[in-house]
Amino acid sequence: MSDRAAEFGPPGGLGMQQAQTQIGRYLPRVLIGAAVVFALLWVLALADNAASKDPRLFFLILLNALTLAGLYFVVASGFTLIFGLMRVVNMAHGSFYLLGGYIALKTAEASWGSWGLGLLVACLGVGAVGLLTQQAFLRWNQGQELRQALITIAISVIIADQLLGAFGGIPQDFEWPAVLQKTVNLAIFGLNYSFTRIFILICAIGIGVLLWLWLQKTRMGMIIRAGVDDRQMVSGLGINVQVVFAVAFFVGSALAAFGGVLGGSQLQVIPGADVDFLLNSLVVVIIGGMGSLGGAAVGALLFGAVDIFADIYLPCPNPDDCWSNYSVLLTFALLVAVLAVRPYGLFGRRA
Amino acid sequence: MKVARFQQKTAVEAVIAAVVLLVLALGPLIFTEPFLRLILAKALWLGIAAASLIFLASYGGMVSLAQTALYGIGGYVMAEAVVANGGLEVGVDPWVGVILGIAVATAIGLVFGAVSARSEGIYFLMITLAFSVIVFYFFGQVTVLGGFGGLNNVDTPGIVSNPPTDPNNFFYIALVVSVAVYGVIRYLVRTPFGIALQGIRDEPTRMRALGYNVALHRTIAFGVGALIASIGGILSVWWQTRIDPNSINIGATIELLVVAVIGGLYRLPGAWLGAFVFTVIDFYSREIGFVGLRFNTVIGSVFLLIVLVSPGGLMGIWDSAWNLAARRGRGADSVEEPSTPAAASPGG
Repeated sequence: MSDRAAEFGPPGGLGMQQAQTQIGRYLPRVLIGAAVVFALLWVLALADNAASKDPRLFFLILLNALTLAGLYFVVASGFTLIFGLMRVVNMAHGSFYLLGGYIALKTAEASWGSWGLGLLVACLGVGAVGLLTQQAFLRWNQGQELRQALITIAISVIIADQLLGAFGGIPQDFEWPAVLQKTVNLAIFGLNYSFTRIFILICAIGIGVLLWLWLQKTRMGMIIRAGVDDRQMVSGLGINVQVVFAVAFFVGSALAAFGGVLGGSQLQVIPGADVDFLLNSLVVVIIGGMGSLGGAAVGALLFGAVDIFADIYLPCPNPDDCWSNYSVLLTFALLVAVLAVRPYGLFGRRA
Repeated sequence: MKVARFQQKTAVEAVIAAVVLLVLALGPLIFTEPFLRLILAKALWLGIAAASLIFLASYGGMVSLAQTALYGIGGYVMAEAVVANGGLEVGVDPWVGVILGIAVATAIGLVFGAVSARSEGIYFLMITLAFSVIVFYFFGQVTVLGGFGGLNNVDTPGIVSNPPTDPNNFFYIALVVSVAVYGVIRYLVRTPFGIALQGIRDEPTRMRALGYNVALHRTIAFGVGALIASIGGILSVWWQTRIDPNSINIGATIELLVVAVIGGLYRLPGAWLGAFVFTVIDFYSREIGFVGLRFNTVIGSVFLLIVLVSPGGLMGIWDSAWNLAARRGRGADSVEEPSTPAAASPGG
């Protein structure tokens, strides 16, 4: 943080500078703290439909935020896994998401296909595409972060264009399997809640737990974590880091496809979702800290909460010009606010 | 020997530049086909926008994805101020609009710069991408400013005439502005500020230890980049006499990056070279059909090829070819060319 100190010219008037530094350091925090307190107060008590007046709505919105955060987490976890280990910002992650959605859709539509088979084929297929990308283009550019980002941008442009050419610009419905298409009574406020959304949340938690177990409790996870800290040392110890990289890239890409199948079933398979979910993943992992799994979870929760709550609780003076139109802007305000205080995200470490 | 060869290359480049300028100055006389003039005019204003990115990338080590947004802010503010029916309905003189557009874009650029100045490399890329998206949504969602329909029939100053029907005046203005932007950047990087900026690009920690305010230098550089980008934006609005949010969406953001990378992210002339190549590919694949392939696939493949083969873009290929030729010519004393920072990825 000290690098923010104003140090123009030769040293002199150090006390003054320190005072400025203190203000510079704490002012954003105070402002952001005040904004957060106000937002909480607003949602809980001040808004026309505030939680204290309409707890049922609040609970429903909370569930929606949680389940949306689950979807964001599934997609972002793959992104952060790849970045954490390889320092590759995979700008094609959104394209992998959409590609997964289309593969699953087409598999499920086939006479022999089903939703579950679609999910499996999508994950394996996109995982293979990711692996190919990594082996063919990224592997020999290791350490050149910008170049790797540019390569994945080029790949995302090509994939997006080919998908548009192959499947057209019209959004396509992707049916959930019949087993999941029901509502469950939650016994809280007598709410009947869509089971598919709960299923997304279950998947997210499951993936989070599995990833955590994989990274913390297995030998390979140990190597990955060591690789995040010091890649050269790990290879120096005689471990074939390239294999670990390949596996991580496969898993990360497959997670994008997994998210694409869940998101496609819930929200339609739609061109442009690739850009949306690339941005969502970027925002989530920048907030949480690039490369941190826990950070991705927290980032997804914050992002989902701001997204959904802003939609409902922003005032609407007249129907034409609702403030909730600007809820997207608020999610990016969240991003800027986090970065102003912690440039490497909430759980991130300096690269 | 090294110095002599360097001067030789500079001289060759100067001759090439002079020829290109001469051809461009006579452009409307030589290129009587209307579409050729369209391509050249578009390449000129797109080149100015790309130059703002290349300035930041090559001299500041900051690969910014916010340039399209800043370019959009310049164009949008100008259009809002000028258009009398639609948007904010201000309706001032076009020149006042130009000043407002540049001023607002530069101010916002300084703010963006201040927020992102502490980030480097890939983080900087992503934060500026976030800026870009914020600006896109801002102009799309705020219905008072025109919403997703944008602003149409933007008046141009009399000297610009009406570009869609009479592109010659616009062409010469874009040419003069391009030369001016190029000259100003080349001058700026030789000033103490520019030298310090390049020092910060290479060794931020050392420069900080020497007493330079790293964040301030980056912020000011970002402001300069915003100023240049806004000029490009204003020219683009004059050219199309309209602007809408989709002209600054994420696709447009990526496009500008593609232009700069194809031309050469680390050498200034690459901005206009890349813009020219991009516009030509754009025109031929959209209008005529490029061996049956889709435009974005073609441009994506060209982009991929350039990044894989020559991270310094077409200018990088020129530099390498010159080095190779020089080495062949002079035998074993292979000296490194002083003007190829292409291999060193800034901030990476």
